Amino acid sequence: MKRSWLIALFCVLGLATPALAADTIKLGFNIPLTGDIPDVGESSKNAAEMLKKKINDAGGLKVGDKSYKVEFIYEDNESKAESALSAARKLITQDNVLGMVGPQSSKQAVPAGEAANELKTPMMAPWSTNPNTTKERPFVFRGCFLDTFQGPTAAKFASEEFKAKKAAVLYDIASDYPKGLAEDFKAGFEKINGPGSVVAFETFTTKDVDFSAQLTNIAKSGADVLFVPQYYNEVPLIVKQAKSMGFNKPVLGSDSWGSGDLMGLCGDDCKGNFFVTHYAAAGAKGATKDFIDAYTAQYKKTPDDVAALTWDSANLMLAAVQSMGALSGDMAKDREALMKAMAGIKKFEGITGDMSYPASGPHDPIKCAVIVKIDDAGKFGFYKSVCP
Amino acid sequence: MLQSFLQNILNALQWGSFYSLIALGYCLVYGVLLLINFAHGDIFMVGAYIAFFVSMVLLGKYGAMAGLPGWLVLTLAVPLTMILTAVVGVTLERIAYRPLRRKGVNRLYVVITALMCGLILENGNLALLGASRKSFPTLIPVQVYTFFGITVTNIKLMVIGVAFLSFLLLHFIVTRTKIGMAMRAISYDRFAVPLMGIPADTIIVFTFVLGSGFAGLAGLFFAMTYPVIDPYMGALIGWKAFIAAVVGGIGSIPGAFAGGFLLGFVEIMVVAFFPSTFRDLIAFSILLLILSIRPTGLFGVARRTKI
Repeated sequence: MKRSWLIALFCVLGLATPALAADTIKLGFNIPLTGDIPDVGESSKNAAEMLKKKINDAGGLKVGDKSYKVEFIYEDNESKAESALSAARKLITQDNVLGMVGPQSSKQAVPAGEAANELKTPMMAPWSTNPNTTKERPFVFRGCFLDTFQGPTAAKFASEEFKAKKAAVLYDIASDYPKGLAEDFKAGFEKINGPGSVVAFETFTTKDVDFSAQLTNIAKSGADVLFVPQYYNEVPLIVKQAKSMGFNKPVLGSDSWGSGDLMGLCGDDCKGNFFVTHYAAAGAKGATKDFIDAYTAQYKKTPDDVAALTWDSANLMLAAVQSMGALSGDMAKDREALMKAMAGIKKFEGITGDMSYPASGPHDPIKCAVIVKIDDAGKFGFYKSVCP
Repeated sequence: MLQSFLQNILNALQWGSFYSLIALGYCLVYGVLLLINFAHGDIFMVGAYIAFFVSMVLLGKYGAMAGLPGWLVLTLAVPLTMILTAVVGVTLERIAYRPLRRKGVNRLYVVITALMCGLILENGNLALLGASRKSFPTLIPVQVYTFFGITVTNIKLMVIGVAFLSFLLLHFIVTRTKIGMAMRAISYDRFAVPLMGIPADTIIVFTFVLGSGFAGLAGLFFAMTYPVIDPYMGALIGWKAFIAAVVGGIGSIPGAFAGGFLLGFVEIMVVAFFPSTFRDLIAFSILLLILSIRPTGLFGVARRTKI
C-alpha cells in the first residue's frame, strides 16, 4: 500500500518535472572534478559557471519569443571511463538534461558518446581528439579539431605566410601522431604547390638524437620551410642541429610543441618559430581577449585550452537551442531537434575560432586553427588564425 | 651529390666519434680483465650528468660561485668530468667487480653484475633527478663555417679532434709505457703477472680510470652536441658501441676506434639514402657479415687457448 503511494508520488513528480523545466534549459557537464586530472574539471566548471552567470544576468536565453534561464548540472566522472558512462546515463535519464557537454578526455568521451548516442541526446566533447568519439554517432559532436586537420592547415600557413614553394618534413616514423601529421602535411602541401613540392620527407626513429644525415638532405633540398610534428624533447635537438647544418629557414610545428617544457630545453634557438594549436592566451584579440580578461579577473589565472573549448562548446550548444525557434517541452523531440540544429549551424563565432559542422560524416568541426609564434621573450603568442 | 656525400662523411665522423670514445672504454676493460663491462654505457650517461652539474656550477647557475666565461668552463669541465666519472667507474669496480674477482667466480657472473650495475645507475639517476630531461648549457657559441657547400661547426670539429687525440693517447699509453705493458701482461696471463711483482689490482684500477674517464669525456662532448640529456641516454648508444668494439676486434685499441667509426659511417649513410627504419637493419646486417667473415673482428687476433 505504502509503495504504491510512493510510486504515485514519483509519477506526479515525473510529470511535474517537464512542466517545471519549461522555463529553464538544463545542460549536463560530464567532467573530471576529481581523479587524475582535476585541473581539467576545474577549468571546465569555471568556464561553464562564467557562461551561466553571463547568460542569466542578461535575462536568460531567448528562444523564439520566450526567455529561458539556463541551468548547468555538473557530474563528476572521476576521469574514469566507467564513471563517465554512469555520469552520462544519470545526466540524461535522471536529470533530464537537454544536452551534455563533456567528457573532456577521449578515454571517457568514447564510452560516454556511445551512451549519449543510444539515448539520443546531443553530446559535445570539447577536448577529445580521438576519431572514435564521434565516429558513426550522429548525436555526438566535437569542439576541437582532429589531429588530422593540423597537417593541411600547417601546409596552408606555410604556403601563404612564407610564400613557400618547397617544403621539407622531418618526423618520427615509429610514432603514430607525427607520422599521421607528416603525411597529412605532405598531402596538403602538394595539393597547393603541386606534386613533388615536398622536396624532402625525412624520417627518424624514436630516441634518435643525431639528425645530421636527414638535415643534410633537407638543407641541400632547397626547401623554404621545415615542418617538424614532434614533441618537446626532440624539437630542441632538431632545431639546433638544423641551424648548425646551415638551414636558416623557418621551422613549423604542431600542437605537440605546446606541451611540456619546450622553451626550457630549447632556449633561444626556438624563438621566432611557429606552431599550429587550438588556442593561445597571449596576444589574443576581440572576444577571446574579453573571455581571457573576465576569466583571469574571476579566477586569478589564465584560462587554458580546456576552459576556452568548454566555453565554446556550451555556447555553441546554446546557440543551437536558440536557432531551434521554440522548445516543444517533449524531451525526445527537443533533443532530436537540438541535434539537427547543431549539425546545421552555419558559422559559430567561438573564441577558439569559427566553427561549423560538415554536411555529412562524423560531427568533427570545421574550424580555424591558431598559429602561435614563439616571441623573443620565449612566450607563445597568438599570431593569426588559419582556416581550412 | 658529392657535396652531400662529403657532408655526410663529416656527419659520420662526428657520430662515429662518440661510438669510438665509448668503444675504447669497453675495449680497455675487456682487454685487461676479459670482462664485458655492460655498465659502460651508463657510466657514459653519468659522465654527461657530471659534465652538466660541473658546467652549471662553474657557470655560476647555482650561485655557489661567480660565473666563469664559457671557454674557461669547458677547459675546466674536461678534466673535472673525467676525474669524477673515473671515480664512479673505480667505485663500481671496488664494490661490484673486485669482490667477485676475489672469490674467483666465473666471469659470466661478473658480466651479469655489470648489467645490473648499469640498471642501478640508470634508475638511481631516475629516482634522484627525475625523468624530466635536462638542457645542457651552451658553453661555447656554435660557429657555423661553410666552404665548398659543406657546413661544419666548431663543436663538430672539436668532437672529431677529441676522438682522434683520445685514440692516440690511449694507444700510446697501452703500447709505449710501462703501465701499458703491465696492462697487456695481465691480459696475457692474469695469474703469472702478480708473481712478477706487478701490482695487478693497481693496474686494474688504472684501467677503469682510463675507461671511465674517456666515457666521461664522451659524455661531456655528447651533451654539448646534443644538449638534451636524460637517464636512458646511455643504454642504447652503449650497446651499439659494444657491438662496434666487437666488430673492430674487442681488446684491440685501433679495432675499437675503427669499429666505432665504421658503425657511425654505416648508420649515417643508410639514413641519408633510405628511410630511417632501415638503419639498424642494414647497419647490423653489414656488421654481422663482417663478423661471419672475420669472427675475431677487423683488428682482432685469435687468442690461442692455453693448455
